[in-house]
Amino acid sequence: MIEIRNICKSFEGREVLKDISTMFEKGKTNLIIGQSGSGKTVLLKSIVGLIQIEHGEILFDGRDTRLMNFKEQKLLRQEIGMVFQNGALFDSLSVEKNVRFPMDMFTTMTMKEKTSRLNFCLERVNILNSNRLYPAEISGGMRKRVAIARAIALNPKYLFCDEPNSGLDPVTSILIDALIKEITAEFDITTVINTHDMNSVMEIGDRILFISEGQKCWEGNNTQIFNTRNKKLNAFVFASPFSKRFKEIRQMEDDE
Amino acid sequence: MGVIYHIGQYFLLMSRVFKKPEKKSMYLHQLVLEIEKLGINSVGIVAIISVFMGGIITLQLTYNMVNPLMPTYIIGLGNRDTLILEFSSTVLSLMLAGKVGSNIASEIGSMRVTEQIDSMEIMGVNSASYLILPKIIAVVFMSPLLFIISVTCGIFGGLITGPLSGVVTVATYTTGITTMFVPFYVYFSIIKTLVFGFLIATIPAYLGFYVQGGALEVGRASTKAVVNTSILILFFDLILTQLLFK
Repeated sequence: MIEIRNICKSFEGREVLKDISTMFEKGKTNLIIGQSGSGKTVLLKSIVGLIQIEHGEILFDGRDTRLMNFKEQKLLRQEIGMVFQNGALFDSLSVEKNVRFPMDMFTTMTMKEKTSRLNFCLERVNILNSNRLYPAEISGGMRKRVAIARAIALNPKYLFCDEPNSGLDPVTSILIDALIKEITAEFDITTVINTHDMNSVMEIGDRILFISEGQKCWEGNNTQIFNTRNKKLNAFVFASPFSKRFKEIRQMEDDE
Repeated sequence: MGVIYHIGQYFLLMSRVFKKPEKKSMYLHQLVLEIEKLGINSVGIVAIISVFMGGIITLQLTYNMVNPLMPTYIIGLGNRDTLILEFSSTVLSLMLAGKVGSNIASEIGSMRVTEQIDSMEIMGVNSASYLILPKIIAVVFMSPLLFIISVTCGIFGGLITGPLSGVVTVATYTTGITTMFVPFYVYFSIIKTLVFGFLIATIPAYLGFYVQGGALEVGRASTKAVVNTSILILFFDLILTQLLFK
C-alpha cells in the first residue's frame, strides 16, 4: 500500500500539486485521472522520487521516504517497477537485454536463472520470438509489453504506469489494461496508473483519483464514477457526445 | 550567474559520476563498448587527417621557411615538432570534440528526453555514473593512443609528400625527424591529451544529461557541446603551455 499525505509541488512559483492526500491499495489497480496538464505525471513522478516534493509525506507500506537514507532509497527503488509513456526501453539493447538489465545490474543470479526469469516475463506479456529485436524494430504495443516485462523482472512490490495506453489502438489498449490488471492480482502488487483513457477507467479502475488543476477533486471506483454529481469529473469523463448519451441512457435505466 | 550555476551543476554531476559502481562487470562491459565506439572507431579519421596534415605542414615549411642559410632537414624537424606540440594534441582534440563530443551529447540527450535515464533512476541505477564514467575512461584512455597514431601518420604523410613533390629527399627528411628530439615535448602533449580527453567526455555528457525538451534541444545541446568543448580545449591549452613550459 502507498499512502501520500498533503503533497505540494510548484515550478517557478506555479503550484502544480496542491495538498494532495490519498491511498493506493495493494492488489488493486489504482488510477490517477485528469486532463492533460492537471498534474498527473508530476504526481506519479513525485511518488517514485523522480521529482522532489516541497511538502508532504509519501509512505510505501508505512516507510516514509523522507526518513530514508540514500541506501534505503536505492533499495526501495528496486522494489518499484515503472512503465513509462513511450516505454523508455534502452535503444541500444535488444528486447532480451532490456528485460535482463535489472537482473544483470542488481542480482547475483546465474545465467540459467536469468534466462528462465526472462522467458517467464516475456511469456507473461505474450512476447514470443522477438528476443533479438531492438526497440526500434517492434510496434508501440509490443514496446509497452516489453516495458511491462522489464518492470516485473525483479518481482516488484509496486508498479507504476504512466499513460500505458497512449498511442495505442483500442484493441491493444484493452490487452495492455487486462495484462496490467492480471499482473496486479497475480503478484499482489500495488499498481498506480496514470491515464486519461476512459476505457481503462471503466475496465480496470478499482480505485480512481481524479485531479484537476493540481487538486484532488474526487475519489472512488469505476462503479461510483457513473453516479457522481461532481461537475468537473462529469465534464471530464463524459466529454464526448457518445459518452454523454451513454450516461443519459444509463440514468434513464436507473430511474426506471 | 549562469556560468557559476553551470560550473556548480557540472561538479555536482561529476561527484555522482565518480561513485562506486553498482556492479563492476556491467561497467566493464560498457567500458569495452565505449572504447570501441569512441576510440577505435576514430582511428581511421585520425589517421587520414594526420597523413594529410603531415604532408601539408611539410609543404608549408618548405615554401615559407627554407632558405639557402637554413639546412633542409629543418622540414622534417619542423613537421615532427609541429605535430607533437600542437597538431596531434590540440587540433586533433578539437576534431575529436566534434566527432566524439557531439556523439556523447546527442546519445545522452536522447536518452534523457525519451525517459531512458529516468527509467534507470527508477531501477536504482546511478545513471550518471553508468552512462558517463565508461565514456570518460574510454576517451581519456584512447586520447594518448590516438595522439601517437596521429604523430606517426603525420610524419609518414610528410615522408610521402616531401620526396614526391621534390622539396626534400627521404634521407634529409629522416635526418630532420631524428635531429634535436626533445622527449619532454611528447610527455607534455600526452598530459595535454589526457586533460583534453577528460573535457571531450565530460562537457558534452553534462550538456546531454541535463537537456530538457525534445529532439530540437538535443541538437542544440550537441552543437553547444562542440563549441564549449572547443573553447575549453584552447583555454586549457594556453594554461598548460604556460604551466609546463615555464
